[in-house]
Amino acid sequence: MFRFSSIKDYHNALLNGQTTCVETVHYYVSQIKTAAHLNAYIEVFEQDAIARATELDNARKQNGMQGKLHGVVVGLKDVICYKGKTLTASSKILAGFTSLFNATVVDKLLAEGAIIIGRQNCDEFAMGSSNENSAYGPVLNHADNTRVPGGSSGGSAVAVQADLCMISLGSDTGGSVRQPADFCGIVGLKPTYGRISRYGLIAYASSFDQIGIFATNTEDVAIALEVISGADEFDSTVSNQPAPVCDFTEETGKKYKLAYFKEALEHPGLDPEIKAATEAFIKTLTAAGHDVQAVDFELLDYIIPTYYILTTAEASSNLSRYDGVKYGHRSSKPYEDLADFYKNNRSEGFGDEVKRRIMLGTFVLSAGYYDAYYTKAQRVRNMLRRKTQVVFNQFDAIISPTVPSPAFKISEKSNDPIEMYLADIYTVFANLVGIPGISLPLFKHSTGMPFGMQVMTSEMNEVPLLRLSKRLMQMAGLE
Amino acid sequence: MEITDSVFEQLANLSRLSFSEEEKQHIKSDLQRMVSFIEKLDEVDIADVPPLLFMSNAVNVWREDEVRGSVSNSEALQNAPQHDEAFFQVPKVIKK
Repeated sequence: MFRFSSIKDYHNALLNGQTTCVETVHYYVSQIKTAAHLNAYIEVFEQDAIARATELDNARKQNGMQGKLHGVVVGLKDVICYKGKTLTASSKILAGFTSLFNATVVDKLLAEGAIIIGRQNCDEFAMGSSNENSAYGPVLNHADNTRVPGGSSGGSAVAVQADLCMISLGSDTGGSVRQPADFCGIVGLKPTYGRISRYGLIAYASSFDQIGIFATNTEDVAIALEVISGADEFDSTVSNQPAPVCDFTEETGKKYKLAYFKEALEHPGLDPEIKAATEAFIKTLTAAGHDVQAVDFELLDYIIPTYYILTTAEASSNLSRYDGVKYGHRSSKPYEDLADFYKNNRSEGFGDEVKRRIMLGTFVLSAGYYDAYYTKAQRVRNMLRRKTQVVFNQFDAIISPTVPSPAFKISEKSNDPIEMYLADIYTVFANLVGIPGISLPLFKHSTGMPFGMQVMTSEMNEVPLLRLSKRLMQMAGLE
Repeated sequence: MEITDSVFEQLANLSRLSFSEEEKQHIKSDLQRMVSFIEKLDEVDIADVPPLLFMSNAVNVWREDEVRGSVSNSEALQNAPQHDEAFFQVPKVIKK
């Protein structure tokens, strides 16, 4: 019987002939069918995946195992282009849209032998924190089916949580990888802004968006990151620095200097158990010889407003392309003029949360309000960035809870957009300043739900981040 | 800042969205709450901090200006709601 624990073990099993790529794909297809009620996948590429697995099995017999992700079964959030496949961002406005090309990350995955198993459910246009804003309906948390999986990459998180693929790629604009990873008890990494090409990623807020990785362990995250990172002539925002290669055997005895924001742990919205678990872990770290210090962060209450001003502004601009002319939904309603034609197409195609954000973004960018809202938020963003540089002059990493509460009940917060936004209070910081952040599934709540701890390092420092992450996982007895 | 009916209508028009009366009440009240929420930034003393405009430190990423193939005509039309063999078709927008 196939059982996945890590890419390394899986590769050993392939080399020893204990399993094959074809057998593995059959296993995941059957897993996905059994778990259909979770609604994690919108579409499964069963025939393609089996054909690809057959090719890989044959190639391995002839030439040995080629590719860092040989036979690794990967799921893609429904915002990442895979040529010839439907791509909708879980929105009615893109119903039936077919990708004309591969996202750069997909080309890189395929070049290293990965098998793409399917397209995963998410919040519409990656806007949401609970995966309840999807045209395909909500995704259920596998640990408790009455609870949300988090969002916006909820389907991608549940797919790894419920063993419906080995790794998933999602996107993280304000926490959309780390927050669902926290709610589902898995590892979720948002790399540095500019680490990974976004060519072929549907845009939400372009100065924030980054493709992220879900896996069950830190080493698998590191392998996937190495494969999908790096310069791309189709995306000029990608750094030219070489892809991060993580050797986990180095620096095993290093004592870290870690900071945490005092205001984050004293925040009134923080669940008392999460606070206690984080504080206890800080004590464990200190006892193990690491230097953990509280740092003032008086701007905490301003990061969500800053985030919503800037991201909705960028979204209102990015989503103006959905007009129903070259692609996307076209209404059959009669219209008076061109503006009405656009309005009909867009109003029928977009869901409520997307409309709310387009409206707010239009407001903060409109004449007369631009300086008071948009420019002000850009100034606060600069303050945050300066503050971050000061912290990283003294510390190796910043730790915090990932989310202030464990996974909440379905429809518990869906009527209150602001309540929902506050679920991102600890995660949006990394996107505002462009640094990498990871959620590690270290803890369990009395509700039975898992929850995580977030670790952030300075930009382009994914390798130290992953090494530290592995140490923390080991301290919690997890790796 | 109060989101009045006229502000709401103007934003909806700029956003190229239309709302039924019922939707309008609902979205307008959400928008009012969201605007009040982001106005919390008024408390921050930003002094002389300039706005952050770009996330990347890169300056002028150059490449050669070479002509290359892109998608074919038929591929480009593939996702269009309405097209003929060569063109996207759009409604008549000029009135007599």
